[in-house]
Amino acid sequence: MDFLNAIVALLNFVIIPATAYGAQLALGALGVTLIYGILRFSNFAHGDTMAFGTGMVILVTWLFQSWGLHFGPLPTALLALPFGIAITAALVLATDKAVYRFYRRQKAAPVILVIVSMGVMFVMNGVTRFVIGVDEIRFDDGARFLINAGDFKKATGLAEGLAFRSSQALTIVTAVVVVAALFWFLNRTRTGKSMRAYSDNEDLALLSGINPERVVTVTWIIASGLAVIAGTLYGLDKSFKAFNYFQLLLPIFASAIVGGLGSPLGAIAGGFLIAFSEVGFTYAWKKVATYVLPESLAPDGLVQLLSTDYKFAVSFAILIVVLLFKPTGLFKGKSV
Amino acid sequence: MSKTSNPYQDDRGNKDRSITKDGGGGLELPKSTGKARPAPGGPFLAAENMTGGYGGADILHDCTLTVEKGQIAVIVGPNGAGKSTAMKAVFGMLNLRAGQVRLDGEDISGLSPQDRVARGMGFVPQVNNVFPSMSVEENLEMGAFLRRDDFRRTMEQVYDLFPILKDKRRQAAGELSGGQRQQVAVGRALMTQPKLLMLDEPTAGVSPIVMDELFDRIIEVARTGISILMVEQNARQALEIADRGYVLVQGANRYTDTGEALLANPDVRRTFLGG
Repeated sequence: MDFLNAIVALLNFVIIPATAYGAQLALGALGVTLIYGILRFSNFAHGDTMAFGTGMVILVTWLFQSWGLHFGPLPTALLALPFGIAITAALVLATDKAVYRFYRRQKAAPVILVIVSMGVMFVMNGVTRFVIGVDEIRFDDGARFLINAGDFKKATGLAEGLAFRSSQALTIVTAVVVVAALFWFLNRTRTGKSMRAYSDNEDLALLSGINPERVVTVTWIIASGLAVIAGTLYGLDKSFKAFNYFQLLLPIFASAIVGGLGSPLGAIAGGFLIAFSEVGFTYAWKKVATYVLPESLAPDGLVQLLSTDYKFAVSFAILIVVLLFKPTGLFKGKSV
Repeated sequence: MSKTSNPYQDDRGNKDRSITKDGGGGLELPKSTGKARPAPGGPFLAAENMTGGYGGADILHDCTLTVEKGQIAVIVGPNGAGKSTAMKAVFGMLNLRAGQVRLDGEDISGLSPQDRVARGMGFVPQVNNVFPSMSVEENLEMGAFLRRDDFRRTMEQVYDLFPILKDKRRQAAGELSGGQRQQVAVGRALMTQPKLLMLDEPTAGVSPIVMDELFDRIIEVARTGISILMVEQNARQALEIADRGYVLVQGANRYTDTGEALLANPDVRRTFLGG
């Protein structure tokens, strides 16, 4: 019986939250890795693209709510998502035309584009705060729980409750659908293959008649879509705060690099690795340990390896270890 | 192509591949593309009196190359003679100051390389001539990117020509051996059904056995009516299969004759073929 309680506690506090968080990181890292692979630089503005996109989704959600438009048990934000993606993609494409294209024409060294993306990051950062403010915003509505802790306790008679929030379920389902669609697009469609060809060998792609500007445009649109989806799911799961999205950049980059920059599969694996490490290191294991261990061995302390305030240290540490010992990442990306 | 003079392209000290990815395109293509004009008569490919370079001093001086339909023309010469440059000039990757390129009764001097591909030129660069992370089949598909019709028959023909590629069609091109990779590169260029196939040192870095095999395949391609223009380091072997040979020295034609005659020419033998 105690063993069952331990499993439920583990599911409730570690596995479910980490899976949802991992899915959000994976979607973010996919966008980063796509831009790295095709445009050849690390896009530091990705976190703020997520923030801007989510801000747009929130505005459209409020508009829909004021019209009395709801999406049944699902959050209204899901209805607003396509509009958020469209607005963000338009902004990102305008940025590309106004800023990045100039450097592309100059055939600028990629490191210059990295710095340029930092500039874009600061501008987007400001724009987002200007439009939606710096406060924490909760915008989830619809059904709160798929499995309620109280109901679960009553139904099973266990001491531990299991809560499965609908935003977590939504995150996981959406991530699976989006990732499947992305892989199908990259591996099966003519445009997707031309993007991979461009990533592999720019000159040969040009000689094969692939239009580089088209590849770049499609890449930005997909990356914006991934950023807004990841940002919205994160916002629904936790809450929206512009600064948090800027901070998310570190675990997202850690995910992409751990998996191997340029490798979509690596981005997904990296996302889950980072998420599970972060949650695993900052979770107080006392409860689970008490259930599993005999009474004489029960821990006195919290058995928490790191305070949650230090959660970013986990991504940082993993990032450094990977860069030291396996710089190409787990899935042999193109870095180093 | 001096790269250091442009501050945007100065990548000095940046070896960090965790934030940037190298291998970006270095190809400088002419910005605008003109129109093809009809120019009937003359050889199938006639690149005449080409003079020009990459911007600074001229590399080609009044260089002329011609290929008849279904024939093999080979460009040989010492290192730095402008062999590859001459080929790139034919393909439009070089701004010519003088001279013209005619293909199949059309003056295509003003066309960009991409438009020349659409007009029936296939080009196999010397290095980086495959998409390494893509499968063999996907490489061939990308070769046919400009085609909107059904290209499966052409793919079958490529597989018939290079049977090993059919066995490895699901394998990433980057994992193949040097010779197999060259076959993928040639196959990719054949996917547009070119009228003229240009090969820049197709046997560079492959073993002698593979080299003979590749030359056999190139003859086979020529027999199907495709003209071939080829730059080769292995001058003797290449001239043996050549209908026409060009010996370039310092960007100008030094000897032009049939492959057989060039091999028999005592001057050519002594200077370029090592006796």
